[in-house]
Amino acid sequence: MERHFVISPSPHVKDADSIPKIMYAVILSLLPAGIGGVYFFGLHALWVIAVAVLAAVGAEALFSKMMKRPIQIHDGSAIITGLLLAYNVPAEVPLWLPAVGAVAGIGIGKMAFGGLGFNPMNPALIGRAFLMASWTAHMTVFKTLPKGGTLSGIDAVTNATPLNVFKGAKEILLNSANYSAEQVTEATQAVTQLYNASGNLFWGRVGGCIGETSAILLLVGALFLMYKRIIGWKIPFAYVGTVAALAWVFGGTNGLFSGNPLFHILSGGLILGAFFMATDMVSSPVTFKGRLYFGVGCGVLTFVIRMWGGYPEGVSYSILLMNLVTPLLDRYTKPKAFGG
Amino acid sequence: MFRKNTFSGGAHPHDEKQWSSAKAIETMPLPQKVIVPLQQHIGAPADLIVEKGQQVKKGEALAKTSKFVSIPVHAPISGTVTAIESRPHPLGVKLISVVIEGDGEDAWASEPSLDEKYLDLSIDEMKKRISEAGVAGMGGAAFPVHVKLSPPDEKPIDTVILNGVECEPYLTSDHRMMLEHPDAIIKGLRIIMKILGVERGIIGIEANKPDAITLLKEKTSAEPGIDVISLEVKYPQGAEKQLINAAVKRDVPAGKLPMEVGVVVQNVGTAAAIYDAVAFQKPLIERVVTVTGAGIAEPRNVLARIGTPFAELIEFCGGYTDNAAKLVNGGPMMGMSQITDEVPVIKGTSGILVLDEKTASLDQESPCIACARCVDVCPMKLLPNHIAAFVENQKVDKAHALGLFDCMECGTCSFICPAKRNLVHYVKLGKALWNEQQKKAQ
Repeated sequence: MERHFVISPSPHVKDADSIPKIMYAVILSLLPAGIGGVYFFGLHALWVIAVAVLAAVGAEALFSKMMKRPIQIHDGSAIITGLLLAYNVPAEVPLWLPAVGAVAGIGIGKMAFGGLGFNPMNPALIGRAFLMASWTAHMTVFKTLPKGGTLSGIDAVTNATPLNVFKGAKEILLNSANYSAEQVTEATQAVTQLYNASGNLFWGRVGGCIGETSAILLLVGALFLMYKRIIGWKIPFAYVGTVAALAWVFGGTNGLFSGNPLFHILSGGLILGAFFMATDMVSSPVTFKGRLYFGVGCGVLTFVIRMWGGYPEGVSYSILLMNLVTPLLDRYTKPKAFGG
Repeated sequence: MFRKNTFSGGAHPHDEKQWSSAKAIETMPLPQKVIVPLQQHIGAPADLIVEKGQQVKKGEALAKTSKFVSIPVHAPISGTVTAIESRPHPLGVKLISVVIEGDGEDAWASEPSLDEKYLDLSIDEMKKRISEAGVAGMGGAAFPVHVKLSPPDEKPIDTVILNGVECEPYLTSDHRMMLEHPDAIIKGLRIIMKILGVERGIIGIEANKPDAITLLKEKTSAEPGIDVISLEVKYPQGAEKQLINAAVKRDVPAGKLPMEVGVVVQNVGTAAAIYDAVAFQKPLIERVVTVTGAGIAEPRNVLARIGTPFAELIEFCGGYTDNAAKLVNGGPMMGMSQITDEVPVIKGTSGILVLDEKTASLDQESPCIACARCVDVCPMKLLPNHIAAFVENQKVDKAHALGLFDCMECGTCSFICPAKRNLVHYVKLGKALWNEQQKKAQ
C-alpha cells in the first residue's frame, strides 16, 4: 500500500508555546495595572484604555490591508501596544488623543517597517512620543486626583506629580540664594515628605499616567511574566539598578551620595518602562551582555533627563534611544561560541 | 560551588520514553528479503565483491573496505543476491544496495565463537577484527569505529566515555541494551580502553534511566578505572561535545574533534558491537531499533537484521494506527522525515518513529520577534536567529562569520522558537550554499 507521509525538516516535535500565547500572557500581566488605573482615576480612564486598544487593533488591520499583507491582529501584539499607550497618558485626556496616538504608534512605529518582528523601536513609545511632541499640554498636565490620595502623594505641595514636585524643589534647594527662605523651607519639607511617601508611591495613591502609578500592581504582572520566562531579569534589573545607583550618588539635594534611590525607582514611569517597555523583545538585544548594557543605557539616559533635562520624566525617550542602539549592541556582544 | 552534571543551554522536550522503555528487546522473525546499501557510514562506500545471482551465507562480506575511512558490509541473511541497484535509502536518496532473497536457512558463512584469549590480542589485531566486522558508530552518526580508535600520536587520549545518554525523545534502544546486555557493554569498554592505552573509562547516563544507572554502577563497582555518571536530563546532553563538557568539564575547540582534549566517545551499543567483533569475530548484521510513536499500534524495542525494510518492523509492531502521519528515521529532534517505508534498517538506525497527525501538523512560520529563546538554549552558544535571517536574505558570508559551521543541527533552537521558524533548515541550506560557493570559486 502506498502510504503518504508528511515530510518536513527536523525537528519533528516543537514546544507548545507560540507568539499569540506569549502576547496574551503579556496582556494578562498588564490587567492589574489597568484595573488599578480605573480604580484610582475613574471611569474615563477605562474609555481611554478601550479607545487606545480598539484604535491600535483597527489601525493594524487597516494598514495591513492597505499593504496587501495578511492581517495578524489575532496574535495580540496590537492589543499590547494599545494598552501600553493608554497606560502612558494622563487619565483625563480627550478620547481622540489615545486614538491618534495608537494609530501613529502602530502606523509609524510598526507597520511602516513591516509589522511585528521588524519594528526597530517600541511602537507604544513612538505613539507616546508623537503625542508628547504634538499635544504637550494634554500630556504633561495632570488634573485627576487618585482615589484616596493627592497628586503628589504628600501634603506640602499637592498640585503636581511626585517627580514634578521633586524637580521644582531640587531647583530651589540647589540655587537657594535665588529664592526666599519660605520657599526653601517648603522645598526642604517637600523633599523630606517625598522620600517618606514610598507607601503612596508603591500602592499608587499618586497622580500620573493611567498605568504607571501603582508599583505593586505592575510588579505582580511582571513577576508573572518572569515566571513564564517571557521577560528576563537582565534588562529590568540593569535599568532599575542603574537608576537607583545614580539616584543615590547624584540625585540628592544635599550633595553627592545624598539621594534616595527608592523614591526614584517608585516614581514616574520607571517600573512600567523597565519591566514592560524596555523588555519589548523585538526592539531590545538578544545577547546576554547586550541586554545588560541596554538596561544600563536606559538607566543612565532616564536619570540624566530626569535630573538635567527639560522634562521631569525620561523613561520613554531613554528606551526609544536605546532601541536605536540595539543592533549595535547585538553586533558587539556576540557570545563566545562553544570551544571558541 | 557545586557544579551540576550538565552543559550550558539546552531545552526539555517531553521525553516520551514511556511508550517503550519498559519493553524488553524482541527479536524480529527472519526477514524474507533484505536490502543492504553499500553506504551506511560516514566515509567512502565499500567496494562490492559479489555479483547478481551469487549465493551468500549470513555474515559473508558483500563489500570490502576500499580506503581507511571506510567499512565493509556483510550479508545479514543467507540467500541469493537478486539485484544490485539503486534503492531508497533513509538519507532520502537512492543508493546502490545489494538485494538478497533469503533461503530460510539463516546459515553462517563462519559461525562466531568466543576467543577466550581476546584480551591478549595485539592492538592492531583488535582493530583489524573491528574493521573486518564492519562496526560503525551505532548512535546514529555511523562513523567507522576502527578509525576513531586510531587517533594520531600527537593527540594522546586519557579518557574513554561511553554515551548511554540517549537524549532524543522516544528512543529507548540504548536504555534496553544497558539493562539487558550490561556485560557486553562493559567488556566492550575494556577493549576500547586497551586499544587506546587508557586507564579511565566513564559511562554517562541521563538521570531518567535510574535502573540502568544502578545496574551499571553495580556491575562496574569492581572494575578499576570505570565510573558511571548520572547526568542531568536535558537535550542535547548526548551530543558528544556537551557530554564531554558535562562528564569531564573539558571543552572541545570549535571545528575540532574530542581527541583534541584527550577523549574518545562511543555509544553503548557500539561498545557491545565492538565486544562481539573482537571476542566473537561476529560481523555487524543486526541492531536494536526502537519502533515507537502514537502512529504505531504496539511500540517496541526490536532486534532487527540490517537491511530489513522499515515496513516489516512496523508490521511486527502492530502496524500503523489510524492517525499515523509522519515517518522518521531516528529521533524526533534530528531524525530525517521519510518518503517511503520501504527504506531499510542500516547500521545507524536507532529508531523508527511514526508521529500522529497532531504532532506532524506543520506550523506556519512567523517573522522572528527576537525573543532570544534560541540564543539562550543553543548548546554551541551561537545566534541561531541571526544566522537563519542572514541565510534567508542570501547573505551566506555573514551567516558563516557568525559560526554557521559550528552548528551541529541539534534542533534545540527550532524546538523552542515560538514563531515556529525552521532555523535548522536555514542552517542546512546555508551550509549547502556556502559549499557550492566554495566549489565555484575553485
